[in-house]
Amino acid sequence: MADLARIARRTFLIGAGALAVGVAGGLAVGTWAYRRDPANPLLKDLPEGAATLNPYVRIDANGITLITPRADSGQGAYSVQAALIAEELDLAWGQFRVEPGPPSAAYYNGVVMAESFPIAATSDSFMARAGRGTADVVGKLLGLQVTGGSSTVPDGFDRLRVAGAVARQMLLAAAAQQTGIPVDQLKTADGAVLLPDGKRLPYTTLATAAGRLAPPSDVTLKPVEQWRLLGKPMPRLDVPAKSTGTAVYGIDLRMPGMVYATVRTNPRLGGGIVRFDAVKAQAARGVLKVVPIPGGVGVIADNTWRAFRAADLLEIEWGAAPYPATTEAMFAQAAASFTDARRDSQQKDEGDVEAALKAAPTERVLQAEYRLPYLAHAPLEPMNAVVQLKDGRLDIWTGTQVPRFVVTGAAAVAGIAESQVHVHVQIMGGSFGRRLEDDYVRQAVALARAHQGVPIKMTWSREEDMTHSFPRPLAVARARGTVDRDRVQALDLSIAAQSVAASQLGRQNQPAVGPDMSIVAGAWDQPFAIPHYRITGYRVPEMVPVSSWRSVGASGNGFIHESFLDELIAAAGADPLAERLRLCSHEPSRRVLQTVGELSGWGTPLPKGRGRGLAFTLSFGVPVAEVVEVTATPEGIRIDKAFVVAEVGRVLDPVNLEAQLAGGVVWGLGHAMLGELTYADGMPQQTNFHVYQSLRLYQSPQIVTRALQTTGQIKGIGEPGVPPAAPALANAIFAATGQRIRELPLRKHIGFV
Amino acid sequence: MKLNVNGRDHDLEVEPEMPLLWVLRDELGITGPKYGCGLAQCGACTVHLDGVAVRSCSMPVGAVQAPVTTIEGLGRPAALHAVQKAWIEHQVAQCGYCQSGQIMAAAAFLAAEPTPTDAQIDEVMSGNLCRCGTYPRIRQAVRAAALLLKGGRDNG
Repeated sequence: MADLARIARRTFLIGAGALAVGVAGGLAVGTWAYRRDPANPLLKDLPEGAATLNPYVRIDANGITLITPRADSGQGAYSVQAALIAEELDLAWGQFRVEPGPPSAAYYNGVVMAESFPIAATSDSFMARAGRGTADVVGKLLGLQVTGGSSTVPDGFDRLRVAGAVARQMLLAAAAQQTGIPVDQLKTADGAVLLPDGKRLPYTTLATAAGRLAPPSDVTLKPVEQWRLLGKPMPRLDVPAKSTGTAVYGIDLRMPGMVYATVRTNPRLGGGIVRFDAVKAQAARGVLKVVPIPGGVGVIADNTWRAFRAADLLEIEWGAAPYPATTEAMFAQAAASFTDARRDSQQKDEGDVEAALKAAPTERVLQAEYRLPYLAHAPLEPMNAVVQLKDGRLDIWTGTQVPRFVVTGAAAVAGIAESQVHVHVQIMGGSFGRRLEDDYVRQAVALARAHQGVPIKMTWSREEDMTHSFPRPLAVARARGTVDRDRVQALDLSIAAQSVAASQLGRQNQPAVGPDMSIVAGAWDQPFAIPHYRITGYRVPEMVPVSSWRSVGASGNGFIHESFLDELIAAAGADPLAERLRLCSHEPSRRVLQTVGELSGWGTPLPKGRGRGLAFTLSFGVPVAEVVEVTATPEGIRIDKAFVVAEVGRVLDPVNLEAQLAGGVVWGLGHAMLGELTYADGMPQQTNFHVYQSLRLYQSPQIVTRALQTTGQIKGIGEPGVPPAAPALANAIFAATGQRIRELPLRKHIGFV
Repeated sequence: MKLNVNGRDHDLEVEPEMPLLWVLRDELGITGPKYGCGLAQCGACTVHLDGVAVRSCSMPVGAVQAPVTTIEGLGRPAALHAVQKAWIEHQVAQCGYCQSGQIMAAAAFLAAEPTPTDAQIDEVMSGNLCRCGTYPRIRQAVRAAALLLKGGRDNG
């Protein structure tokens, strides 16, 4: 075992291409730390008889396990990661198990940080390339194991294929050693090495020997034409279990001796607790213990419902909100943030906006104010975790996008070393960014500390989940612009919002330096050559603590930018598609716009009362254009159809890609129509789905999707479909009714069927 | 208290007001039905009582007078119900958390209405929330399941 461990720790360079760009000003120590590859975490606790060829492949006599360290919240991350490895390892689809693996620096994300840098996706300058390389270095140095930012596919595309190819080479070498037949006469297929005489040596019989070999220093990846799995329709690995009630989510875990719990903390987030009285709760049936936790109270019982009921009996006095108490006051604070002191970024400033606006005749200058509400993530599986603290060892079973932050946070709460914390990542019933936070895990660990030796399943009530979301920030935007004859001449957009980076990273004790590009994401970096064009971000003081919500800054800024651009185009009397195409300065984006025009029959006549709206947002490096078709009926607006076109570089899984694009459209439309968190007395007024409305099936339009593959730059698609949906709908409503709506949710201004 | 779930009898000693959902999940370990809202708003907890779709989160166990069928009793991975077959064929699930309830709602609906119109599908299936936005595929799968059921291939 010892020599196996030593050998397998040797260089396993994956995704190291970024080294080529270098790091300006990098310290020698930093470079050394970056070059040193993290150890293979599978070596720890490797079962007897099992072998690991690299951090992504473990093989024992019973079969092959692929490690898919990016978390699956429903976006299909496990399947696509497995496909990337299995493609090069020559496994048949489904001929393996998948596991998320342990939290480890080996699974750092080299792409996700780039989204927070002020680098336009359309830029290929030296600085842009160096910046993207820096994201890889920073991700590796921090051991940043994060699922988010639509980065699973771009981050894993090379790394996971190389992992599969390296493992395959080692298995081939082991077969060559065993048979004396040179490697170039051996082939692989369906999890076995094939000898020239047709004999099969299953990987399971070669793995131990392969594990003793040094990994190859380089491998050749299959050309695209030889792909068997990637690019072809693959049934997702998790769908049968999810269709039969046999998929086990974190909330479904059962263990011997397990007890059940729930918690209550202040719905005025950060307001703390003044006092509580647990006499009635303590006396309720099934209650084992009432436990004070930081900022609140937990109830441990013998059944989740009994814990919920007892929690209702707690008499708690909460502290005041450390932010304005009402939505009105919050909007006022945002509106008061357009000051020099609160200016956060101005990465786009082309031409001379002030001069252009001054020179234009007053009647040709448009001004508008846009507003976005706070929005809850509200995944259907409420936050939960199973925890057990026993003899100084802490085990945590939970869905999370940040397993290494969970380890750090849990160790601090439990007062033990991080090496004593074992996180077992579970599949998630949705997340939409919610499980980038670890607040719920810390709470569960506080309970475990007070009630040691048995597993505790802590489940939030829906009301707790809805009111403790770390929502998408509320925002106010001020837009000005002008047109010259039939052309858009100037666009000046100022957006005031809280910093997601400061709020979110602050909770993890991570620095958030420089401007927060999420304040202007989906606006500042759009590929339009408007002669006078300026995008300014203003940082609203922290109010409700906020976090990443599917497509983050672009989710709301897409609505603001594309609605106002539509206003200008309308004022110019131009066609929304033709004028965007005329202004577009980025070829892949032009193709996306052109294609959505063809797909949607843009320009063909519609009966009275119907309208088409177009919107385009480039986010996470993916240009996406959407057309929405609506009918104004006597009962309200009905969404008939949506067309969505995205440039993704290359499609790895066409069936799941379609699901993600269409799901993004539904998410974008539903929240644009219906969603908001409003506050009174510092607390969200929406506590459950009867008031936090969500799109229902009858409101869901027919959705036509198309993915373009013209750039070769591979991208993720979980988020980019979201931002253009809201403005395409609002622009369609304008086309059908003449009503321009500048505030979300739209239902505050117009009825829907 | 006696309860029959998926053909098996259980003897329980719980408060009659405990919702059926929590009896299934925490007392019997049947976790296919999910907790989503507790208010009969999302449908993730949908089970059948004598073939009728009900929200188990809002049904006190003491009021249950009929045998209960959960998603586990509808069909198994090795012996799929037609609705489950259609759900897999159309790759409906994303996070999948709502799909037990969606499938149970669809199965009860199609048992009562073997030739549904699109408008009926829209109406009935709108009681079940999906945050991932799988609605277009749910529509396709319900239509496909109706055809499968008519072909008499509902159990294998």
